[in-house]
Amino acid sequence: MTLLVGAPVLLPALAGCLYAVLGWRPATAWLGAVAAAGSLAAAIALAAVTADGPRQALGGLLRADSLSAFMLIVIGAVALLAMLASPAYLAAESAAGHGGPRAARRYGMFTQGFVAAMALAVLAASLGVLWVAVEATTILTAFLVGHRRTREATEAAWKYVVICSVGIALALLGVVLLHYAGQHAGVDAGAGLDWAVLAGHAAALDPGVTRMAVALLVLGFGAKAGLAPMNAWLPDAHSQAPAPVSALMSGVLLSVAFYAILRVKVISDAALGAGFTRTLLLAAALGSLAVAAALLIAQRDYKRMLAYSSIEHMGLLALGAAIGGRLALMAVLLHILGHGLAKSVLFLSAGHINLAAGSSRITAIRGLARRAPLLAGAFGLGLAAVLGLPPFSLFASEIGIVRAGFRSGAWAGWATGAALVLLLVVFAAVARHAGRMLLGPPQFSDAAGPDDPAGAVRLLPRTAALPLVAGLAAAAVLGVWTGPLRPLLETAATIAGVTP
Amino acid sequence: MNDSMYAQWLALACGAFLLAGVLVLWRRDLAAIVRLFALQGVALGAMVVVLGLRQGSVHLVAVAVGVGALRAGLLPYLMRRALDTPPPGNGTAGEEARETRPLVNVATSLLAAAVLALVAYAVSQPIVRLSPGPATQAVPVALTVLLVGFFVLVTRRRALSQVVGFLLIDNAITATAFLTTSGVPLVVELGVSLDVLLAVLVLQVLTTRMRAAFGGTDLGELRELHD
Repeated sequence: MTLLVGAPVLLPALAGCLYAVLGWRPATAWLGAVAAAGSLAAAIALAAVTADGPRQALGGLLRADSLSAFMLIVIGAVALLAMLASPAYLAAESAAGHGGPRAARRYGMFTQGFVAAMALAVLAASLGVLWVAVEATTILTAFLVGHRRTREATEAAWKYVVICSVGIALALLGVVLLHYAGQHAGVDAGAGLDWAVLAGHAAALDPGVTRMAVALLVLGFGAKAGLAPMNAWLPDAHSQAPAPVSALMSGVLLSVAFYAILRVKVISDAALGAGFTRTLLLAAALGSLAVAAALLIAQRDYKRMLAYSSIEHMGLLALGAAIGGRLALMAVLLHILGHGLAKSVLFLSAGHINLAAGSSRITAIRGLARRAPLLAGAFGLGLAAVLGLPPFSLFASEIGIVRAGFRSGAWAGWATGAALVLLLVVFAAVARHAGRMLLGPPQFSDAAGPDDPAGAVRLLPRTAALPLVAGLAAAAVLGVWTGPLRPLLETAATIAGVTP
Repeated sequence: MNDSMYAQWLALACGAFLLAGVLVLWRRDLAAIVRLFALQGVALGAMVVVLGLRQGSVHLVAVAVGVGALRAGLLPYLMRRALDTPPPGNGTAGEEARETRPLVNVATSLLAAAVLALVAYAVSQPIVRLSPGPATQAVPVALTVLLVGFFVLVTRRRALSQVVGFLLIDNAITATAFLTTSGVPLVVELGVSLDVLLAVLVLQVLTTRMRAAFGGTDLGELRELHD
């Protein structure tokens, strides 16, 4: 059992060590994908064994329940897509003159360490270890954000490390204060930060101190999840990182930080009532949606457009969590998975477009549909998915959140209504930008002429098309049939929504 | 250790901790700021030693030595190394080593620190009320340093000043942890220390890259990315 619980952390960690020793070469290029596939398999097995209760490992340091298992599936799935796309991406980067073998080795080490840290975060039984793992993701991704060493990349990496570390430091103060409140509520000193134990003693927690702790935890982990008000780092970091890393950061890292908020919410709701986190999350949700809508309207850079779309979706998750209840939380969890898949496809295809066009400005891309139909198709369908169009699963989950919102009283109805208006603005803005990029006569700012027959092939090597198609297909299938995932979603949502 | 001696030594350590934090706002010379930060690390270590002696806990005294070694030894050493890296080109050495144009001048900064101390006292009332005693009554001191750290972070313009601001925040959180509950569990404490150490290393490397790319470490130059 220990091995199974530890596998999602150990496999990528091992692959990272192998990259450190062997470097990135043709023989090891697929190692990351193998590790991700193994983690995904372990996550599915864990989902099966945790269906009837949580499992512990390493003397209680790790604990897997249905919610952790679900998050591990999301991490495994997105990591698999990103790692399948990595060899082609690195080959194209080095063909374009960026980076060499050393940069590739570092890329292998850091991406694997990053995936391992995220798996540790969702498996940690202690809020303290969860915090350590989330901060470790910041450190491990810092050099990935600065991968290209340009002025832009260095600036993005600096802002990313400073803002995220400081934001997450607030969460650490929250952890410390919650520990203090726990000690005075009779929690055993050794298990002082175990979230299950804290939730069990919630009724005895001092309300004044707990309120401060929860507010700091939501604000701190919210900074890492890209929620307003501390989201300034996100568009910079996500637009400067290599495409597969952006996919991982946007697709899962944000949700892993959001997972931490869900765990805190369980403790807080039991100690202070649901109203306190609801207010905090509603403010964060509407703030994030408003920021995303405002900055998407006049957006000029398509990678930043994707980053702001992630802020929008994190806002939706916060809205769903604020509404609460099992139905809303099931929709939230499905939304995490659907957004992870669709957003990684989008960042991966944006990476290919950027490599071909040499620019990430929206105006530099015209008529992509005629020039590179497959790439344009993946990008267009990915945008359709994140805009919440059927048949993709984000349609189903957004409908779920909205329906739950209109059913839970007047405050939720008003908030959901406001969110819908902002979503319409986002829809119009993104659709307009997408139309410009995909339709019309072909035009690229690069040297290859529009009649270059090799152009379309060069735009998308076959191995690179696989993750794009697979991700979209998975998101579409989930939209019409959740199948075996449904019982997992139900138990996970019950865990995230327990209010004694 | 009897009650009054405990209270006095603790107050002395906390006073030194606070003073070092506030004086960071006063000095402009980056080397002096690093020295003040090291002094604060010593005060933090001493604070934990006093708590350990009071509880008769050898374990806590050992942790105190570790905390002191990291925050008064290793981290200041790393920062001084980042400072000593010679800048490319010439003539900017003097500019580089000083906080020449902070967004808020020194006198106003010190006044702001006084206001932040009042805020810290106000917000820490629930914490003190839960379990009054000499240690928890010193929590406002730690929170003052936390707010001063934030203030340094937003008003100072050298890369190294931002690192110091971040570390002041971190020192303050560690102090809060020890003053309220004699520390978080050891696994977590070790993880947090490792994270902080690695974060400073990452920032040091990024500072070097920033010098190479921008020709300096003035954060006002970071204007490439915007909407």
